[in-house]
Amino acid sequence: MKPAPFDYRRPATLAEAVAALAGEPNAKVLAGGQSLVPLLSMRLAAPAMLVDINGIPGLDAIEVVTDDGVGGVRVGALARHAAVLASPEVRRVQPLVSLALANVAHATIRNRGTTVGSIVHADAAAEMPVVLSLLAGSLDVEGPGGRRTIPASELYLGPLESSVGHDEIAVSAYFPALAPGAGVAFEEIARRHGDYALVGAAALVDGDSVRVGYLSVSDVPTVVDLSGVADDDLGEAALAQLDPAADIHASAAYRAQLVRVLTGRVVRSARAFAEEGT
Amino acid sequence: MTTKLMGQKVQRVEDQRLLRGLGRYVDDVAVEQDVLHCAVLRSPHAHARIVDIDVEAVLDVEGVHAVFTWEDLASCTPQMAEPLPLLIPHPALTHGRTQYALAKDEVNYVGEAIVFVVADDRYVAEDAVGRIRVDYELLPPVVGIDAARAARTLVHEDVPGNVGARLEQHVGDAPAAIARAPHRLELDLTVERSACMPLEGRGTVARWDPDLNRLQVWTSTQSSTGVRAAVAVKMGLDLGQVDVITPDVGGGFGVKINHPWPEELLVPMAAKALGRTVKFTEDRREHFISAAHERGQVQHIEVGFDDDGRLLGLDVEFWHDHGAYTPYGLIVPIITSTQLLGPYKPQNYRVVFESIYTNTVMVTPYRGAGRPQGCYAMERTMDAIAAYLGKDRTEVRAANFIQPDEFPFDQGLIFQDGRELEYDSGDYPAMLEKIKALVGWDEFPAFQAEMAALGRRVGIGLACYVEGTGVGPYEGAHVHVETSGKVKVATGLTTQGQGHATVFAQLVADELGVKFEDVEVVTGDTRRMPYAVGTFASRAAVMSGSAIHLAAKRAKEKALKIAAEALEADEKDLQIVDGVVSVKGSPGTSIDLGTVSVLSNPLRYAFDEASKAATQFSVGDPGKPPVPEDDEPGLEGKDFYSPERATFASGMHAVIVETDPETAEITILKYAVVHDCGHLINPMIVEGQIHGGVAQGVGGALYERMAYDESGQLLNASFMDFLMPYVTEVPDGIDIDHLETPSPLNPLGIKGAGEAGVIPSAAVFAAAIEDAEGIVITAMPISPSELYALRLENS
Repeated sequence: MKPAPFDYRRPATLAEAVAALAGEPNAKVLAGGQSLVPLLSMRLAAPAMLVDINGIPGLDAIEVVTDDGVGGVRVGALARHAAVLASPEVRRVQPLVSLALANVAHATIRNRGTTVGSIVHADAAAEMPVVLSLLAGSLDVEGPGGRRTIPASELYLGPLESSVGHDEIAVSAYFPALAPGAGVAFEEIARRHGDYALVGAAALVDGDSVRVGYLSVSDVPTVVDLSGVADDDLGEAALAQLDPAADIHASAAYRAQLVRVLTGRVVRSARAFAEEGT
Repeated sequence: MTTKLMGQKVQRVEDQRLLRGLGRYVDDVAVEQDVLHCAVLRSPHAHARIVDIDVEAVLDVEGVHAVFTWEDLASCTPQMAEPLPLLIPHPALTHGRTQYALAKDEVNYVGEAIVFVVADDRYVAEDAVGRIRVDYELLPPVVGIDAARAARTLVHEDVPGNVGARLEQHVGDAPAAIARAPHRLELDLTVERSACMPLEGRGTVARWDPDLNRLQVWTSTQSSTGVRAAVAVKMGLDLGQVDVITPDVGGGFGVKINHPWPEELLVPMAAKALGRTVKFTEDRREHFISAAHERGQVQHIEVGFDDDGRLLGLDVEFWHDHGAYTPYGLIVPIITSTQLLGPYKPQNYRVVFESIYTNTVMVTPYRGAGRPQGCYAMERTMDAIAAYLGKDRTEVRAANFIQPDEFPFDQGLIFQDGRELEYDSGDYPAMLEKIKALVGWDEFPAFQAEMAALGRRVGIGLACYVEGTGVGPYEGAHVHVETSGKVKVATGLTTQGQGHATVFAQLVADELGVKFEDVEVVTGDTRRMPYAVGTFASRAAVMSGSAIHLAAKRAKEKALKIAAEALEADEKDLQIVDGVVSVKGSPGTSIDLGTVSVLSNPLRYAFDEASKAATQFSVGDPGKPPVPEDDEPGLEGKDFYSPERATFASGMHAVIVETDPETAEITILKYAVVHDCGHLINPMIVEGQIHGGVAQGVGGALYERMAYDESGQLLNASFMDFLMPYVTEVPDGIDIDHLETPSPLNPLGIKGAGEAGVIPSAAVFAAAIEDAEGIVITAMPISPSELYALRLENS
């Protein structure tokens, strides 16, 4: 469990980081390292170079955005899960981010791991990609051609595969604000406290619109529109659009049952949120 | 008079050091030195013939010092190239097989060691392993007990039917008694594999000293004397040329009693060949795929009983998956087959097991060592009888208990130590009353109904066990009072966190009459105590505790004799309190034990104040030899304890669980334990053992399994996918009550407590989930996904 040899760069500016990536097609960006370092240690990944962005100033900002018409929060690439979770601004502007973050792994992992890193890692069992997708947020990336914005709907291509180019660095994620009168909820079921969920669900209810995002159900973060579906039919309606798979921890049938149960729970809970405002 | 420390909740002397990160484990040895590190190429296939090994690409890699394959082993000694020892042979083990330190022609599990690389550091060693090319001819793997029994393919081509051993024992005529019984039941049960999973994996450091012509080995083991003997034999050294030192051990739980591991031979071999200090530190994946597992069994039970649920005949057949090799013999299935009986007397009992080969990691004892499976078989049977008769589960058990006046009780079988299975003491009816009160057994039906009205499902389970602890053959102890008055104690078995330094010091303080803080205990160092067996089978307190008590007694006798002479008093009038020998009732007339130690050792040369007082011109009667006949210099005591047979601890656990009607999640609401390990040396440490055992039991019952696929790949060989419970998954509190029925077999009246907490877990959780769900549970562990599947099958 020792990594294969690799070059290590620790650039001081974003421009240097982008240049380093451009010079080595088999390079990986290191931020919190909570997914990457275990992959290196188990030699499941053997990049030729690590570009450590922890020395680049200003990437850890957590900002409330008010000038884009919708409002939202922008989370910088070096903002740790723990910092985002602790932010009262984030909780006020988009509480779903905070609700979901409380379920991300354990405190020690949240202290190092970054929210943007989790989004870019594109693990369908992770919380934050689903949250970004459900909220129709976006990711800003910087590459040799400058900066571009990738909408969440265009971000996830397949298991552990995003549309961020190998020569691009994710700079920040943008989560739109919760609209007045809308409600959100998050719940997941894991074998042990802090484990990846067997199934997780996040709901966003806004007037007649009911949308639910799922983790650990498909190989990419998946959002299902359940607007207009009767309460008793929510679970089956969701399952009609999903195809849960089996693994060593849960059968497909059990995952389907969790989809049924959690869909009802998060939609009810998001409705209650919308009514009560918390 | 000093308070007796036996029975006191004395704070552990180990904790400050271990909790502050000041422990010193094998990987902490020789860190400042120029040490070489190792990596092992392990088989990626469950069953294959090795056609060719090409190490060419590695030989000139910078930083690589040596590459060993099987063919290189004979250059150390011929016996190094022989299979590893079969530690505990048994006549029934007709087809025992052990692996080579490095695979010869064939590999039989994913993880089997093939090539050993020694390099500047572990990074380079792993890089080198990645460059070695091995050609394999794949053979069909045998995975799981069903496939092994079907024997369409064989693990070892010279082992027909994949059966390593078949052993039958019986008392009376169970089949006939069952045929005559008014009621009969059959049960088919399974238990899956788990593993010890100590946080510190295996590890070995070795250094050859050419000046002393001597090998020093540090290894994370449960038997330093065993490793010493194995290393000496395999390397062709005299025993006296090998020291084995076991520093702090970060958990053993059984896996480190198996020895020698291949690396425990390869590291010393490389150290001697290269003339360098060599270190191997196992990583977690290696521990999953190349250490040992346990627990996997399939059981078939037939039972006959009367209207009260009293057993008339019990006929048990089981298949024990021992993996690819049998280095530890039949210990685990023998324990299952004998300890299955628990606190009951079945009148007629027959048990037959087959210990069978599969192409998986080998099976050696894991805390409980076959007892959890036996307890599961028996307690599931008791529950089935109660359900069949519509009786309370505790009544059926009570009807079958051995009664307090029936001890010693001979079960008529041969136990794991080759001695009769004879229980020495216990009081099972009293224990049942205690556990019922502790868990609220009689009040539970009302609670269950109340919860049902709220749409909630709760269930209660109870399980009983008897554990043979403190098996022989022996342990020894050496107690030395230094001239400072400090007491140095050595015993040869090893310590992996149990608190030996505390409890052994308590015993010495009590017996010798010294201050607890003046006693220092050393374990697992063959330089200090070369005769020892090891730490397993809940035996350390019973075996070394008794030996230390006896050795302290000898030291005390000698101290009193010398002091009596010095004080011109009668030995009978002397007492030792806080390290001072005094005449009872005459406190002014006294002498420190340190001074007694000075007097015990007449010196020719003086080098400090104490030794000035001990020169031949000041000590003793000039008319007698300085060291009396039949005596030795020094204030020491040495003794050994070797019991006739094991002493039998017992216990009962009860659990209340809640199952979620929608998600099938299983939550523990209450966990209660009543435990009898005879007299308690330190109740806090016993309770700690119970807490740890219950936590491991929760893991084994609800979370852990070894997920092998059909090709023999272990799919969950990491702490991400092997679900060892966190503190968040184990009960917040465990209610504990003790019963103390002293053992007549040792001077302290004690029994072992190390393994007890884990024994009844599969049984007790199966019972509670069954009670909550109304569905018969026959396979453990059980996950929410599996409980959900059972609900669908039963709906």
